[in-house]
Amino acid sequence: MENRKSELIEEIKKNAKEISYPLIAIIISFIAGGFLIYAFGKSPMVAYKSLIQGSLGDWNKFGETLVVVTPLILTGLSVAFAYKCGLFNIGAEGQFIIGSISAVWAGWAFNGLPPVLHVFLTLAVGAAAGGIWAGIVGWLKAKVGSHEVINSIMMNYIALNVSNYLTMTFLNEEAKAFTHEIAQSAKLWRFAEAFAQFKYSRLNIGIFIALAAALIAYYILNKTVRGYEIRAVGYNPHASEYGGISIAKNIVLTMVISGMFSGLAGAIQIAGVQYRANNLFGFTGYGFDGISVALVGNNHPIGIVLSGLLFGILQKGGSNMQLNGIPKEVVGIIQGIIILFVAANFVRIVFDKIKENRHLKQKTIREGK
Amino acid sequence: MSIVVEMRGIGKSFPGIRAIDNIKLQIKHGEIHVLLGENGAGKSTLMNILYGLYQPDEGEILIKEKEVKITNPNVAISMGIGMVHQHFMLVPPFTVTENIVLGSEPKKGLTLDIDSAIKEVEAISKKYELHVDPRALVQDISVGMQQRVEILKTLYRGAEILILDEPTAVLTPQEIEELGVILKSLVSQGKSIILITHKLKEVMSMSDRVTIIRRGKVIDTLDTKSTNIEELAEKMVGRKVNLYQEKSLPNIGDTVLQVKGLRVLDHRKLEHVKGVDFEIRSGEILGVAGVDGNGQSELIMAITGLTKVASGAVLLNGKDITGKIPKEVINSGVGHIPEDRHKRGLVLDFSLAENSILGSHHSKKFKAGTGLNYRKIRDYAKRLISEFDVRTPSEKVSAKSLSGGNQQKLIVARELDRDPSLLIAAQPTRGLDVGAIEFVHKRLLEQRDHGKALLLVSLELDEILELSDRIAVMYDGKIVGVLDAKDATEKRLGIMMAGGDSKASDADIQ
Ligand SMILES: Nc1ncnc2c1ncn2[C@@H]1O[C@H](COP(=O)(O)OP(=O)(O)OP(=O)(O)O)[C@@H](O)[C@H]1O
Ligand SMILES: [Mg+2]
Repeated sequence: MENRKSELIEEIKKNAKEISYPLIAIIISFIAGGFLIYAFGKSPMVAYKSLIQGSLGDWNKFGETLVVVTPLILTGLSVAFAYKCGLFNIGAEGQFIIGSISAVWAGWAFNGLPPVLHVFLTLAVGAAAGGIWAGIVGWLKAKVGSHEVINSIMMNYIALNVSNYLTMTFLNEEAKAFTHEIAQSAKLWRFAEAFAQFKYSRLNIGIFIALAAALIAYYILNKTVRGYEIRAVGYNPHASEYGGISIAKNIVLTMVISGMFSGLAGAIQIAGVQYRANNLFGFTGYGFDGISVALVGNNHPIGIVLSGLLFGILQKGGSNMQLNGIPKEVVGIIQGIIILFVAANFVRIVFDKIKENRHLKQKTIREGK
Repeated sequence: MSIVVEMRGIGKSFPGIRAIDNIKLQIKHGEIHVLLGENGAGKSTLMNILYGLYQPDEGEILIKEKEVKITNPNVAISMGIGMVHQHFMLVPPFTVTENIVLGSEPKKGLTLDIDSAIKEVEAISKKYELHVDPRALVQDISVGMQQRVEILKTLYRGAEILILDEPTAVLTPQEIEELGVILKSLVSQGKSIILITHKLKEVMSMSDRVTIIRRGKVIDTLDTKSTNIEELAEKMVGRKVNLYQEKSLPNIGDTVLQVKGLRVLDHRKLEHVKGVDFEIRSGEILGVAGVDGNGQSELIMAITGLTKVASGAVLLNGKDITGKIPKEVINSGVGHIPEDRHKRGLVLDFSLAENSILGSHHSKKFKAGTGLNYRKIRDYAKRLISEFDVRTPSEKVSAKSLSGGNQQKLIVARELDRDPSLLIAAQPTRGLDVGAIEFVHKRLLEQRDHGKALLLVSLELDEILELSDRIAVMYDGKIVGVLDAKDATEKRLGIMMAGGDSKASDADIQ
């Protein structure tokens, strides 16, 4: 018992350490952003206040923020999961889109199923579609060795056009630039149904699914044989091969799982928020933002939940800042600074320098005596 | 003679371990000074401090009798210190010259002045008899040559004091001899050399003085002339060491491994193994001797499923395992200590616990429900660590943080503990100290006496002669002869390894 407790504490400590550096980078970025706003001749206090008010100001705003956070967490997990196997899944965007359109189909075509079953089916179809979409990229990498980045970029464009084609033909709502609406039975339960506070928000249980997905990703990666193999391949494919681990199999599987997270994100977006897919003029951005979310979250499932939240706040609050006369671009700049700091591992480098200097100083003090 | 380096009262701790403790070291001008010590004694750490890679917790460093602070390798280089690491740091697709000038490129206006760089590299190469081709690509040259490139790189930057961390671990006996000549030529032209090695013969033949380190402390500094191998071994390990193992008569049983007409091609269709036949029976050790690059590595990779078999057959206990994937080969009872521990043997970013189950991570004993039981894995790792005396603060640290020799001990522990019916040991004692070599040799013989079949591939003739029951010599992808251990001598093997006929060489010797 004691043993298990101390083990747990140790695990928490280890994980906390892993996400503490990005956390500090974020704080520094906000301070830097403050100076920037000041340089524009605006008040940083006003800016940040409207940022917070716009995103967390009341229950409805908070709800709407979480609506954005949900897909960000899932696409972030998607990118991070692939990264653990040494793969850069830049195709989260396409997997998201293909997951959405498949979910529209499942939600519309199986009208008449009992609600819980129908919801489950809709999400499962979206996740599976994303998984297959990414799996193709994994398979190409494993079989012919073509690079996953190039292939997944191409798959993004294919996804976009396939989705638009289906939107305007097979799934088209007559004379409209969007699809049919999914059946009532395929819709995710919304908070508004039970809580008056959330009346004007589209917040749905998708956020809990995203949180559960983070736990599942953590569990798979750190506690299972599959995760052991995936990480081994990511760190050292030669040693993995030597240890009887199939590199090809793990690459394909990793891409499939990674794609499922993005596909699920798309499905939740349909079943919980939009209820239909639109004819897209360009990418949704959820998949690409997933890359930033994963990076800032240090590719760690818990870190990704937090960084997803941060990006959601910035997006929602950013619009509000604009209403208060502060250019929306400031938010983009803050996001940029955060990513730069995190990518350059800035905080860790500075910390190491400080530690080193402290050593030197102590030494000189000792010698001085 | 003047003192070029002096380290006084140096100390350094890592989490959970006092790696260096109050060390005093003096290097004289123009000497070859060996650092000798067990795996994990702190030799590499001490040299990394001198080279500015680590900062000491306490103590001072004097270069040419002036106190200095070496905060990073650039400072070290500017003071004339150069280091060749245990593991090379070259860019394979670059040429020799490009690698050498990397970071201090000569410029002509805005462009790289590669011609003058080539000239300079050629000049240095000639001066110290390095015989390096400045235009060759690093990926095309031998390991021994790559090492010379590393040495050249330090000289190009004006090194007066050269640190070489286990330079001979990866070299063939021939290359070691050549390195000896190079080092002599360097000191005769005024350089000073600090050399880390575990090979006591080399210490005796190459060095002027030896400093022995044990568990982070200096035990003694001796003049090489006034000491001998036994004394050095004892001082280093702290007890008497049996440099040679007593071996009982083999108790030979059924055939375990049978290799028939095996041929292996690489991806460029070059033939590396050209029709090899041999068998190993239970209770015997078959040693494979040969100069590096004569198909030994490819032979092992083919048996273990790490590379494709072009033709021929591999049978284990009568079962055909030709062309099986590594997982199936492992499961059918093959253990494998790989020759390159960083490339194949370990996932450096994994903890020791995670590394200890690599290859048996599917085993039921590490499972709990749908997942892995990390507590059991850690307990298992702890047992291996204590049984094989792996020096580490705990099983939770990453394999990266272990000293080279202790990494090797962990691999040996893992592969022996799997209890395979065939154990393939490639360079099993590379980088190990004499105490650890004694231990590993004992364990390998124990396996043999328990009725296992062992395939031992080693570049060290001493090791082959000491352990093997039969010795196969590989030359140019073929087995050119198999000798009974009692008929084998270093000289005879040497002739066969160079492609000479074993029959003719008999006559030569007699
Ligand atoms: N970066 C590090 N982090 C933590 N511990 C370390 C690190 N580097 C070295 N150590 C520890 O310090 C001790 C000394 O290691 P060092 O590499 O200096 O040994 P060594 O004498 O070079 O051994 P070998 O002959 O095996 O190469 C070892 O116990 C090692 O585990
Ligand atoms: Mg070392």
